[in-house]
Amino acid sequence: MSSSEKSPSPGLKPFTAMVRREFAGYFRTPLAYVFLAVFNAFAVSLAFFVGGLYESGIASLDRFFLYHPWLWAFLAPAAGARLWAEERRQGTIELLLTWPITVWQAALGKFLAAWLFLACALLMTVPVALTVGWLGDPDWGVIIAGYTGSLLCAGACLGIAAIASALTRSQVIAFVTGFLACFLLVLVGYGVFDELLAGLIGSAGVDEIRRLGLWRNLEPFTLGLVDVRPIAYFLSVAFAGLGLSTIIVERR
Amino acid sequence: MPLIEAKNLSKSFGAIRAVHAVSFAVDRGEVVGFLGPNGAGKSTTMKMLTGHLRADEGAAVIAGFDVADQAVQAKQHLGYSPEGAPAYGEMTVREFLRFAADLRGLADPAESVRKTLELCRLNEVAAQTIDTLSKGYRMRVGFAQAVIHDPEVLILDEPTDGLDPNQKFEVRRILKEMAARKAVIVSTHILEEVGELCTRVIVIAKGEVRCDESRDKFLARGTDLNAVFRQLTA
Repeated sequence: MSSSEKSPSPGLKPFTAMVRREFAGYFRTPLAYVFLAVFNAFAVSLAFFVGGLYESGIASLDRFFLYHPWLWAFLAPAAGARLWAEERRQGTIELLLTWPITVWQAALGKFLAAWLFLACALLMTVPVALTVGWLGDPDWGVIIAGYTGSLLCAGACLGIAAIASALTRSQVIAFVTGFLACFLLVLVGYGVFDELLAGLIGSAGVDEIRRLGLWRNLEPFTLGLVDVRPIAYFLSVAFAGLGLSTIIVERR
Repeated sequence: MPLIEAKNLSKSFGAIRAVHAVSFAVDRGEVVGFLGPNGAGKSTTMKMLTGHLRADEGAAVIAGFDVADQAVQAKQHLGYSPEGAPAYGEMTVREFLRFAADLRGLADPAESVRKTLELCRLNEVAAQTIDTLSKGYRMRVGFAQAVIHDPEVLILDEPTDGLDPNQKFEVRRILKEMAARKAVIVSTHILEEVGELCTRVIVIAKGEVRCDESRDKFLARGTDLNAVFRQLTA
């Protein structure tokens, strides 16, 4: 316990400790299991009962991924609400900010842990893909692309959720504001909403704004098209959210 | 070189001037009692010293490192327990201390946790989640995370607040044990603690240092410490 025992350079240890704690943190409360159950129930039932995945008779998961922007808009803020709000509520943010880890390391650690948790939720839906594989002969490349796109979409929603969480000490407020912001990005690109918007700003502007919609960027993945633009879109939203939330925490 | 240096620290919240031009230095072996009425600026000063709050003006230096410019190095030499000893309530005591040890990049985290549990007499509750602990134990957990890396600088915001006399005695005992090797600041509004624990007293009121002197000099101001305190902080 003497100062001399301190390793000269802690390297990545503090960072990995951060990721581990945050990830394990999800499973310390029943919330994680509720979350995973809800995600799966909705992901599967939306695809089969609303999307008519089975009736379509096509061995493809595009009707499954179609609802993912909605799912992430709701559930990424649910998982991300605790990121900073909980630290503020418990007062532990004062510990965290006086421990020898930079705010950036802490923020990135939290973000990656939350993203990993969302990835677990997504991974649990693999039986859906296997079912399609058992019933027909899907293009597995397309399915893998779809999963990649969905995971990126989750990251973007989580970035928005991180900002909402950094702004408040209440998880409920963090969740609601995060959800509303993500919800807006889901709406962008849907026909009814576009018509409404066109009436306000003209159709040329709408075309630009549509590029910002979640579905518009996820759709190419579900068709097996892995393009740079949607990847850049999702990652920039994710990292902009991460960066902005970090700055908010730093300035406090 | 002093281990703790406050250089002209100032902080305002909107129109409220919380701390104004506070300066002092603390050497190894000193235990400074940080006294003042509620709202005097004690906690704000401590938060600036520990790098939790950024000072509007002035600088804080821990073990030779500026807490703003060389934050990570400064924080490696610092143990801090904020007011109310916050901790991750859903973790067990052992998990929490292990996290603190890992986050600090300690060479042998398991051994550090073992020694700290023993030092702070936390073994019997090591497997309990922090949320389920009594206040006395929770304060000790806050103290434990602050000393797990045996820091040269220890800053404790009201570490005995709300404890019963036995628990207070216990915290003071641990502090005294390690004080000779460290520079310690302890905020309190319990005046009796000064005589038992501190080697020096800094009184702060309305954001300004009103008195900074050795314990003996402070105690010689009068037999009624409450009256001395009232007069100094008026």
